[in-house]
Amino acid sequence: MPRRLASSLSDEVLEHVFSFIQSDKDRNVVSAVCKSWYEIERWCRRKIFVGNCYAVSPKMVIRRFPQVRSIELKGKPHFADFNLVPDGWGGYVLQWITEMAGAYPWLDEIRLKRMVVTDESLELIAKSFKDFKVLVLASCEGFSTDGLAAIAASCKNLRELDLRESEVDDSSVHWLSHFPETYTSMVSLNISCLGSGEVSFSALERLVSRCPNLRSLKLNRAVPLDKTANILRLAPQLVEFSTCTYSAELRSDVFSNLAGAFSNCKELRSLSGFWDVVPDYLPAIYSVCSRLTSLNLSYATIQSPDLIKLASHCPSLQHLLVLDYTEDSGLEALASNSKDLQELRVFPSDPFDAEPNASLTEQGLVAVSLGCPKLQSVLYFCRRMSNAALVTIAQNRPNLTRFRLCIIEPKTADYLTGEPFGVGFGAIVEHCKDLIRLSLSGLLTDCVFEYIGKYAKKLEMLSVAFAGDSDLGLHHVLSGCESLRKLEIRDCPFGDKALLTNAAKLETMRSLWMSSCSVSFEACKLLSQKMPRLNVEVIDERGPPDSRPENYTVDKLYIYRSVAGPRFDMPPFVWTKDEDLALRLSP
Amino acid sequence: MERRVNYENDLNLMATEPRSGLPGCGDDEPQRKTNPSIRNNKRTVPEISEVSSSESNSSITMSGSDDQDSPPPAKEQVVGWPPIRSNRKNCLQSSKRNEVEGMGMYVKVSVDGAPYLRKIDLKVYGGYPQLLKALENMFKLTIGAYSKREGYNGSDNAPTYEDKDGDWMLVGDVPWE
Repeated sequence: MPRRLASSLSDEVLEHVFSFIQSDKDRNVVSAVCKSWYEIERWCRRKIFVGNCYAVSPKMVIRRFPQVRSIELKGKPHFADFNLVPDGWGGYVLQWITEMAGAYPWLDEIRLKRMVVTDESLELIAKSFKDFKVLVLASCEGFSTDGLAAIAASCKNLRELDLRESEVDDSSVHWLSHFPETYTSMVSLNISCLGSGEVSFSALERLVSRCPNLRSLKLNRAVPLDKTANILRLAPQLVEFSTCTYSAELRSDVFSNLAGAFSNCKELRSLSGFWDVVPDYLPAIYSVCSRLTSLNLSYATIQSPDLIKLASHCPSLQHLLVLDYTEDSGLEALASNSKDLQELRVFPSDPFDAEPNASLTEQGLVAVSLGCPKLQSVLYFCRRMSNAALVTIAQNRPNLTRFRLCIIEPKTADYLTGEPFGVGFGAIVEHCKDLIRLSLSGLLTDCVFEYIGKYAKKLEMLSVAFAGDSDLGLHHVLSGCESLRKLEIRDCPFGDKALLTNAAKLETMRSLWMSSCSVSFEACKLLSQKMPRLNVEVIDERGPPDSRPENYTVDKLYIYRSVAGPRFDMPPFVWTKDEDLALRLSP
Repeated sequence: MERRVNYENDLNLMATEPRSGLPGCGDDEPQRKTNPSIRNNKRTVPEISEVSSSESNSSITMSGSDDQDSPPPAKEQVVGWPPIRSNRKNCLQSSKRNEVEGMGMYVKVSVDGAPYLRKIDLKVYGGYPQLLKALENMFKLTIGAYSKREGYNGSDNAPTYEDKDGDWMLVGDVPWE
């Protein structure tokens, strides 16, 4: 852009124009145009997303963006969800809150994922941000209902409190009662992760009754069934609702009360919960089913016939989560009834059982991919698969963007041919050109990685387990997948060569996780020396890697790019190349 | 058939030197992994698995005349596999506990020759006749009428269950309660 033109627009005009640019990517591009645009942009950036809390320090963020109102931070790597990251690894948010408390008095949104949040952090949030509106703690831990009480008591304008899948310690405080009687702003409340002692039902009822803008309410399991109707009658404007436990034996008075309450909820579009639901209660929701776009039955142990009946009432479904009790027959019914389906997740009811306990095979997934033209996102646990099925799915659904397949038994081959799944997953990446997320499973040789490297040009996240034959597999992925941001690998024979050859690639990615692979500590040190802007963390609880025999391979490896340098909160079982142990302060 | 997975030993079946070539390599000699998904033999119980809950000590099996196999070997539990979040695992386990404790009494049913087991809730049925009818509907077979003296005379299928002592008993002798 010619300098004349760039400087002829006043700062205010530019700022106004920039305010229409919301996406981080676009904002980053704008800030790179020239120095003056960089300056204007950084003063008016309001929303920050930090995908890895250790990639940058809070001070650096604050220095560049002085007037942020909303921040999202992610901590532990994804495999922490499956207990692969030892406790105490890191992801502490306190330092961030402390710095932001001083720098951003107008911060009103904090979204955290897989971070360790203490009561102290919550109390600091409650105290420091006067207009605080949104707190989302997804898969977080380290806090108790004491911290929640502080938030409830102080945040007069709180709109959203979402604790999805977090672990909350019960301090026996009736934290819900700490919302003052004058508090009426709740729009979205998700407390589905809380245990039985942690929610006072009467306080909940009072809260719901005085918050007319409440749109999303997700209750915890322990709230009894007969109370659900009460809640619904207090909040007929709900758009999203998660029920409590449904497991009582059918009583006609409870049933009709519930059915009546649901029928009042004309705005309801999303239902979840249904823990231990007794099938006889399901018809109570029939009145809302035709409008439902999202249904999460993945905690409901109901069998296929009941699911088929339910699905037949829900023609507008876009998102469905179920257990494998739905069986192929249930998915076939879904495929013929729900033509708007965009996302399907099928979870295993008995994942640790060697034998299948429900008739769910690859056929169900094939049926849905054939019948649902808008299907984009799949998460599917099953016990058998064939290359033919995968090819059919790929050819019929080239619009897939997320495909995560988990064949439960590691290294299971194609049940029809006994072959590995190179051809099948190869078809997926070849046909689904917009695929951004892929999880592999089953028997896989290096071949599948060659396909992935060749075709999966838009792939951003890849999860691999029990696959491959050699470093070549990893090399194909690192050298071929141009858009790759996150790569997580476990139990594969990938080692030093592929890593060191593709060292530069690692700096273009957010992170790489490798556990139970074949990487030596020597290679880790070498990589670390070669690439100063990578943090190479060896996570090994067995003792100092230096003291181990020569052919020793590291247990777990987490590599991520960072402009913040080595972190200061590493626990004793995380080893880096730094010889100077004084740098490492225990948490 | 042996179903144990030895993934530590199987990692380097193919040559490890890099190969150049078009895609379609490597899978020319398919690995004949024996992994049958359809069982021919009667399932045996109780399952020996240290991680699944113990509700499998009540189980109904349709026995023909086959002998029982020895139980499958214990499955090693791999950390973090299958990739299921802890809260979901905990929910599944407590649902199973509820099933045992009386929220619904689910038992596994296997039939000779059927590829999949089914689960039924005993609490839903008022007595043996309803249970047998349900089993007949579920598996599309006939069981026939029960008589004290002759057991099930009407067909080749006889419902049996394994009691606390590990003995196989004919369904119907003991009062329903």
